[in-house]
Amino acid sequence: MNQRVEVAAPVVAAGSDDARGRPIKIVNRDVNVWYGDKRALHDVSIDIPDRAVTAFIGPSGCGKSTFLRCMNRMNDTIPSARVTGTIEIDGQDIHDRSLDVVQLRARVGMVFQKPNPFAKSIYENVAYGPRIHGLARSKAELDAIVEQSLKRAALWDEAKDRLSQPGTGLSGGQQQRLCIARAIAVDPEVILMDEPASALDPIATARIEDLIDELRQNYTIVIVTHNMQQAARVSQRTAFFHLGKLVEEASTERMFTAPRDKRTQDYITGRFG
Amino acid sequence: MAGSALRADVISETRAPGLDAGQIRGRRLREKLFIACGLASTLVGLIALSFLLFDLAADGLPRLSWDFFTSFPSRRASAAGILSAWVGSVLVILVTAIIGVPLGVAAGIYLEEYARRNWMTNIIEINVSNLAAVPSIVYGLLALGLFVYGLGTGRSILTAGLTLALLILPIIIVATRESIRAVPYSIREAAYGIGATKGQVTRDHVLPAAIPGVLTGIIIGLSRALGETAPLITIGALTFIAFLPDPPITSEFPFISFRWLFDGFTVLPIQAFNWISRPGSDFHANAAAAGLVLLALTLSLNALAIVLRYRLRRRLQW
Repeated sequence: MNQRVEVAAPVVAAGSDDARGRPIKIVNRDVNVWYGDKRALHDVSIDIPDRAVTAFIGPSGCGKSTFLRCMNRMNDTIPSARVTGTIEIDGQDIHDRSLDVVQLRARVGMVFQKPNPFAKSIYENVAYGPRIHGLARSKAELDAIVEQSLKRAALWDEAKDRLSQPGTGLSGGQQQRLCIARAIAVDPEVILMDEPASALDPIATARIEDLIDELRQNYTIVIVTHNMQQAARVSQRTAFFHLGKLVEEASTERMFTAPRDKRTQDYITGRFG
Repeated sequence: MAGSALRADVISETRAPGLDAGQIRGRRLREKLFIACGLASTLVGLIALSFLLFDLAADGLPRLSWDFFTSFPSRRASAAGILSAWVGSVLVILVTAIIGVPLGVAAGIYLEEYARRNWMTNIIEINVSNLAAVPSIVYGLLALGLFVYGLGTGRSILTAGLTLALLILPIIIVATRESIRAVPYSIREAAYGIGATKGQVTRDHVLPAAIPGVLTGIIIGLSRALGETAPLITIGALTFIAFLPDPPITSEFPFISFRWLFDGFTVLPIQAFNWISRPGSDFHANAAAAGLVLLALTLSLNALAIVLRYRLRRRLQW
């Protein structure tokens, strides 16, 4: 990383109502992303509060997903991508050489736009993560992890009788909850969600939103969404991105009632986007 | 508003002359003509194949009997069989598969998943596709120099297996790479997202999803090797052979013998070629019968490829 920026991390997310009093989980300073010569993200600095939901909104191509993927170093898998700046989780630089990216991704789970269960059984989908990280010492322990993860993802009642059936046989909304269960199973601290409900119908979306609201008791959640109502419903803090820049960031309530920037105003009132 | 009205005028005016009935009839006719041409071209292949099959069957079917499979070649056409040829074919293909499949699949995985994109991999890539187009006789010449004279493996089953393995390597590599590339990226992201390493992603998710395509490539490669004649003649396959290779399983310790690898051999297409070059229609019937056996083997290998692909694909859905 180019230069390390010393950050005096504030204990309280400034200006937040719901997330007030929450310590900062992730500190981002001057994060830039290039895809080849194209700069996709310009000096993004933002604090993510612990155990709260932070929503990233903005028009297509504004860099919100790109930035989300920085926080578990998912951009490493794209050969042309280059990331600079400082990202610290609990004070630890995620680009530090001593930190293994595999370990990082176990701590920072991810749920993708399109439900992408493995072509394996429901049980195996959830058990795969704990197995590769060696989290269970016995079959009974693994069973318990699978059950608890499915319960936390509000899928247990629907899935308990068909654990050995393929995960791809579930409905879209169930598949997405399976993907959330899969992420939870490795006991992460942070869950990144990249438009998790954009491929789902309204009822399935509502269930995912309820689930996100429950999950924030235990996890730090960052969600990218196209849907402003969704951001308003599920998040405590909202950040607005435009053309690769972080335009404005505030408590969700203030963001939707009294945005400071003209561009945020225009976007929220539907004048572009 | 005025602008769009004007545009509509322009469009209808430019369209109008083309829309008369004669023009449409002309377009329809041309389309029908094209369909007829396409059908005819398809039928040429189909008719040729069925004619070939019919011709082979007419000549060869009467010769197919148990004895034909269990007899060695002979000077008398009616007593001659393909025992040494089919055993030779099976053993050569076995060696080819044991050497060619792991090499080809490993190379395909490496090139697709691990190799960095740079001038080196570009050169390798171009080479692999070029190798697929090299005439098989050239592989024979290479093998004659490299294996027979260079490494001293002789005119043996081992040499034949090595040669054919080289020959089908590009086919397997290309098939492996293509089926790996066809695995949706979302599957890899899902696995990376929960902290799988590259090896785990490849082994646990990418390869199982790519297996149907890889298997198809392997089988198509092997069935190509089964029909090859030229490179094997070049490395000195025998054409008349009245003994079997050393048995691979022996009655004494250690019960397994690899001496058969260094024995002389012949294969089905060479046997057929040998018979067809003799005067007399008796031997020609033998050649047709051997051709039928070869064709049946190749077609059943291809059928196996289709069944496997279909079966395994059904298990995977995204």
